Amino acid sequence: MADVFDRVKDIIVDKLDVEESKVTMEASFKDDLEADSLDVVELVMELEDEFDMEIADEEAEKINTVGDAVNYINSLQS
Amino acid sequence: MLKGKSALVTGASRGIGRAIALELARQGANVAVNYAGSEAKAQAVVEEIEQLGVNAFKIQADVSDESSVKAMVKEVIGQFGSLDILVNNAGITRDNLLMRMKEEEFDQVINTNLKGVFVCTKAVTRQMMKQKSGRIINVASIVGVSGNPGQANYVAAKAGVIGLTKTTAKELASRNILVNAIAPGFISTDMTDELTDEQREGMLAMIPLAKLGTPEDVARVVRFLASEDANYITGQTIHIDGGMVM
Ligand SMILES: NC(=O)c1ccc[n+]([C@@H]2O[C@H](COP(=O)([O-])OP(=O)(O)OC[C@H]3O[C@@H](n4cnc5c(N)ncnc54)[C@H](OP(=O)(O)O)[C@@H]3O)[C@@H](O)[C@H]2O)c1
Repeated sequence: MADVFDRVKDIIVDKLDVEESKVTMEASFKDDLEADSLDVVELVMELEDEFDMEIADEEAEKINTVGDAVNYINSLQS
Repeated sequence: MLKGKSALVTGASRGIGRAIALELARQGANVAVNYAGSEAKAQAVVEEIEQLGVNAFKIQADVSDESSVKAMVKEVIGQFGSLDILVNNAGITRDNLLMRMKEEEFDQVINTNLKGVFVCTKAVTRQMMKQKSGRIINVASIVGVSGNPGQANYVAAKAGVIGLTKTTAKELASRNILVNAIAPGFISTDMTDELTDEQREGMLAMIPLAKLGTPEDVARVVRFLASEDANYITGQTIHIDGGMVM
C-alpha cells in the first residue's frame, strides 16, 4: 500500500509542484492541491505510464482525491 | 525550419494534403501520409518525400473511426519517436440542395470533416501534452465562414471545425499546444474539378485576385503555422482565398 502511495505522491509533487506534506490520502486535487481539470487529466496520464495500465475515462472522472487514485491503482493490482 | 520534427497529415494522398505533406518534408520534417483508399497514390507521395531526404510512411485510417485513428497515432509515435505537427486535412463533399440532401449525405460529411478532426485531435493530445509542445492545423474552408448554397452539410462541418479550433486552442494553450485553422477558398484539386464551368465562372467573379489558388499556396501557410515563426498565434482562422471573403 505504502509503495503505491509513495509513487503517486512523487508524481503529484513533481507535476503539480506542491509540498510533499500537502499530499495526503484525503487531499483533493482541485481544492487542496490547486490543480485545474487539465492538470488532473495530465496526472492520470502520468499514473497510467508509471503503473503501466489504462484508466478508462469513466473511471478517471471519479478520481478527485489522492486516495481515489491510490485506491483505484491498488484495486487493479491486487 | 522543421528539421527533426514529426508530422501527421490526414488525407495526404491527393490534392491539398499531398502538397502540405511535401512542403513540411521540404522543411525537414518526417511525415506520416494518411489516406482512406488511395494506397498507390499515398505510396507515390511517400516516395517523393523520401527523395527529399527525410523519413515518411503511408498509413491507412478512416479519420472518423476512433480505434483506427488511435492505432495510427501510436504507429506514428512508434516510428518517429514524437509527434509535433498534426494537420487535419482529410475531407469529402456530398453536395446537394438542402431540400434534396439525404440524411446519409449529411452524416457522412459531418463524420469525416468534423468528427474526424475531433477524433484525430483527441488522439494526439496525450503525446503533445507530454512533450509540452505541439501544433495542430485544421483545414476548414472559406465557405465555413461565408456559407454556400448546395453545401449545407459541408458548411456546417467546416464552421464546426472553426469553433472546435478555438476551443481546442483555449484548452491546450497552457501546454504550449497551438491550434489554428486555415480557410482555403477556391483551390484547384480533384474536389474542385467536379464543379461545372458555370459554377467555376461564378466563383472566379467573386475572387478579387481573379484566379484559383493552388495546393501549394495553401501548403505554404500551413508550413508557417507549423513553424517557430507562428509562436504567438493560436485559435485563428487564416483565409487563403484570393480575397474572396474579407
Ligand atoms: N479544393 C478546395 O478548393 C478546397 C477549399 C477549401 C477547403 N478544402 C479542404 O481541403 C481539404 C483537402 O481537400 P482536397 O481538395 O485536397 O480534396 P481531395 O483532392 O478530394 O483529397 C481528399 C483527401 O482526403 C482523404 N480522405 C477522404 N476521406 C477520408 C477519411 N474518411 N479518412 C482519411 N482520409 C480521407 C482522401 O484519401 P483517398 O485519396 O484515400 O480517398 C484524400 O487524400 C478538405 O478538408 C477540403 O474540405 C478544399
